[in-house]
Amino acid sequence: MEQQTAQPEMTVIGGVDEIVEEFQPKIEAMICTYCTYAAADLAGSQRLQYPPTVKIVKYPCTGRISVAHILKAFELGADAVLVGGCEVGTCHFIEGNLRATERVAYAKKLLEETGLGGDRLEMFYISASDSHGFVNAVNEMTDRAKKMGPNFLGQARG
Amino acid sequence: MIVLEQKKFQEIEKMTTGYNRLLVLGCETCAAMSFAGGQRQVAELASAIRVARKTTGEQGEVLEEAIARQCEPEFVDLIKDEVSGCDAVLSLACGAGVQMLAERFQDKVVLPGCNTTFLGVTEELGVWSERCAGCGNCILDKTAGLCPIARCSKQLLNGPCGGSMNGKCEISKDVDCVWQLIIDRLTRLNRLEMLEEIFPVKDWSPAGHGGPRKMVREDLKS
Repeated sequence: MEQQTAQPEMTVIGGVDEIVEEFQPKIEAMICTYCTYAAADLAGSQRLQYPPTVKIVKYPCTGRISVAHILKAFELGADAVLVGGCEVGTCHFIEGNLRATERVAYAKKLLEETGLGGDRLEMFYISASDSHGFVNAVNEMTDRAKKMGPNFLGQARG
Repeated sequence: MIVLEQKKFQEIEKMTTGYNRLLVLGCETCAAMSFAGGQRQVAELASAIRVARKTTGEQGEVLEEAIARQCEPEFVDLIKDEVSGCDAVLSLACGAGVQMLAERFQDKVVLPGCNTTFLGVTEELGVWSERCAGCGNCILDKTAGLCPIARCSKQLLNGPCGGSMNGKCEISKDVDCVWQLIIDRLTRLNRLEMLEEIFPVKDWSPAGHGGPRKMVREDLKS
């Protein structure tokens, strides 16, 4: 059997002497166990491909996510944060996702004011069956993070 | 309770620039209930300051702490050690709390992170409104428990003015005419005749118009 070894994605810039590893952002996904987590699970079952940039933190409901949690993620070096909640009107706790929406809006404003950039954070509504929605969200945030560059707060990148 | 509002982030950032070790100090009573200066808001604000500082390249440490009440010396003295180790304290309490800190820590820079707005109530989560003006001479027994000093734009004491329309004040259709509310409530209580009593000209001296107020209770004083 042919042995396969994982290779980091390399980009050649200006000849063989200059091989630079492409910036792989770190995306933190704060997601609801009832919907987006199930969608992420389904994406795996369906073997959908998405960047290995995302780290998932499972919440009982996006209503539990506080602004402090989001800011802490950035403080610890996340390049982008995506919050994934149930579609509007389908929250198991009636309005947890709506509260999360408001908190995300507040945190985006704060991130903009601190100079890190509000676009590093986004709220998505992804139902349990919407595996493609989860993949799209990860792709979207990865693209944004790549465009905006690394979060300079991440001291111990690795 | 005292209702507070956190200052704009830019203002806080500007105010705290240059203080290497900054202590963000919350107050767990009114400020926490106003969602402006409780432990959770301290965590949010301290985190935002740390992020902003790294953006601008400013060095230093941002510490977090919250005490039960910043307006009482017993509680303020509990954080003596933390305060002594920092360059400035950003207080998220009301003006009284900020000043208590300034009094207890004479050689420390104390900065206000909140604006003190009014004495009021929580109508619902996220909505607060004014109820008391602290005039020092309560008349709520005569006005059906609704205060015309705090809630009438003109602080009228003997019925509504000509600007009362459909139960609303002339300054804004979002402001209830408190005199309409008083009359409605007295009607419900069957006590409308109470309005026949004429209020004399109000003595404003206990309202602070006689200079800064102070109260001393000899029976409690040590």
